[in-house]
Amino acid sequence: MGGGGVARRRRTGRVPAALLLPAALGLLFLVLPLIGLLVRAPWSTLPHRLTEPGVVTALRLSLQTATLATLLCLLLGVPLAWLLARVEFPGRRVVRALVTVPLVLPPVVGGVALLLVFGRRGLLGGWLDSSFGITLPFSTAGVVLAEAFVAMPFLIIAVEGALRGADTRYEEAAATLGAGRWTTFTHVTLPLVAPGIAAGAVLCWARALGEFGATITFAGNFPGRTQTMPLAVYLALETDLEAAIVLSLLLLAVSVAILASLRDRWITSP
Amino acid sequence: MRAARSRTGLATLTALAVLGLSGCGDGDGTAEAPPSGSGTRLSGTLTVFAAASLTESFTRLGRDFEAAHPGLRVSFSFAGSSALANQINQGAPADVFASAAPANMKTVTDAGNGAGTPTTFARNQLVIAVPKGNPGGVTGLADLTRPGVKVALCAEQVPCGAAAKKALTSAGVGVTPVTLEQDVKAALSKLRLGEVDAALVYRTDARAAAEQVDGIEFPESAEAVNDYPIVVCREAPNKAAGQAFVDHVLSDAGRGVLTAAGFQAP
Repeated sequence: MGGGGVARRRRTGRVPAALLLPAALGLLFLVLPLIGLLVRAPWSTLPHRLTEPGVVTALRLSLQTATLATLLCLLLGVPLAWLLARVEFPGRRVVRALVTVPLVLPPVVGGVALLLVFGRRGLLGGWLDSSFGITLPFSTAGVVLAEAFVAMPFLIIAVEGALRGADTRYEEAAATLGAGRWTTFTHVTLPLVAPGIAAGAVLCWARALGEFGATITFAGNFPGRTQTMPLAVYLALETDLEAAIVLSLLLLAVSVAILASLRDRWITSP
Repeated sequence: MRAARSRTGLATLTALAVLGLSGCGDGDGTAEAPPSGSGTRLSGTLTVFAAASLTESFTRLGRDFEAAHPGLRVSFSFAGSSALANQINQGAPADVFASAAPANMKTVTDAGNGAGTPTTFARNQLVIAVPKGNPGGVTGLADLTRPGVKVALCAEQVPCGAAAKKALTSAGVGVTPVTLEQDVKAALSKLRLGEVDAALVYRTDARAAAEQVDGIEFPESAEAVNDYPIVVCREAPNKAAGQAFVDHVLSDAGRGVLTAAGFQAP
């Protein structure tokens, strides 16, 4: 962006109508449903509905589980992204494809797959149950697991991209100065890609917050334990359209607030 | 799978809500036959919105109906009754609505989207569904309170959950379920996957899954019998076929199919 004003003006000045029209329609298509929520919202009863105990419980659970899921994704996803970006190993392309599968997999399928592994009769779940008495379905831990499964690719993609874009000369310099691999990673690599990690974590968190299919399939629905906001919205729709709109609106507001406040700061960085 | 389908329904609902359609079917009418002549030829597509618990029996009824009326295609949308009622009130092009509970039917008729008065065509009762062979030796509701027995119920917001609550209350049994599922089929699949030891589902659902599941009758279910009403939609695109289908459901042949599935006659 060193060219300054002239280059910038040339880039944004003339917009061909052939691009502008579909772009505007695209924007409208994405935003119109959100406007629909705003238009139909029962504004007069909103404050009263938002403070109902069920709503507060579901929102709190949603925020807690999405945060825990993001932490889990950071713990496992950052090393995985580093491996994919920095280490040449056979089958790397396959691993990279596998890691992004949850992005395109229907979340319900993810939920069924989780049940088949971590369920009471699952590959690992059976052993967890008989050896330690741990059952993950129908527990808050199950919700975290379901959310992490669906959201982790968002983090990995962001962090891997940041690692690939980062200048490796700093790492090489650190190594020549005698830093061990772990020290190089923690003192050079991590700070270098911190914005990318933050961007990935935000996307990951937002995706976890909106998770529905895998959660209801794997963790079930029980108020206070596994009933997150999206599940509460779905059940509210069964009896009360207005309640569903209110809950949707709340979820929308939280997501937009988080994305808007962090996106500009982090996502446009290297 | 169910959740996926339900989500599609949700998306449709949202889209329709945004477009602001109203009434029961603004679609293009296919068959403009004179009203209720038994000799009229029915054609086009008949769209039936039916409760999830009717999946097996209505699929069968639809096949019979197609066979009796060559040239007519029956298409079903099976989902939770309340989701279907919402969709119809938002303008989904349904010809017939069959609900698992009068309350959801009332949503549609109160909005003026039913043609005439709904008819109750079947009744359903709850059973305790357990894995085949009943390994836990469950004999009644009280067994569901034993420690270590995991139970799936339907959420109170859906008819099977409301019925379960009524039955448990009248029995004075306090069951703490591990999950409150969004519809009866979801509760059943948690049982089939082995994640719970018992679920309260309709007798018809237990019967449809008889290869993996045993249904145990319990006396308190008589306190919570679900009535299934059916109606032709006011703005049905194919009203003649809709009325003929309702007549078919209410006929002896239709009743036979429903009884075989485990429904009781009203």
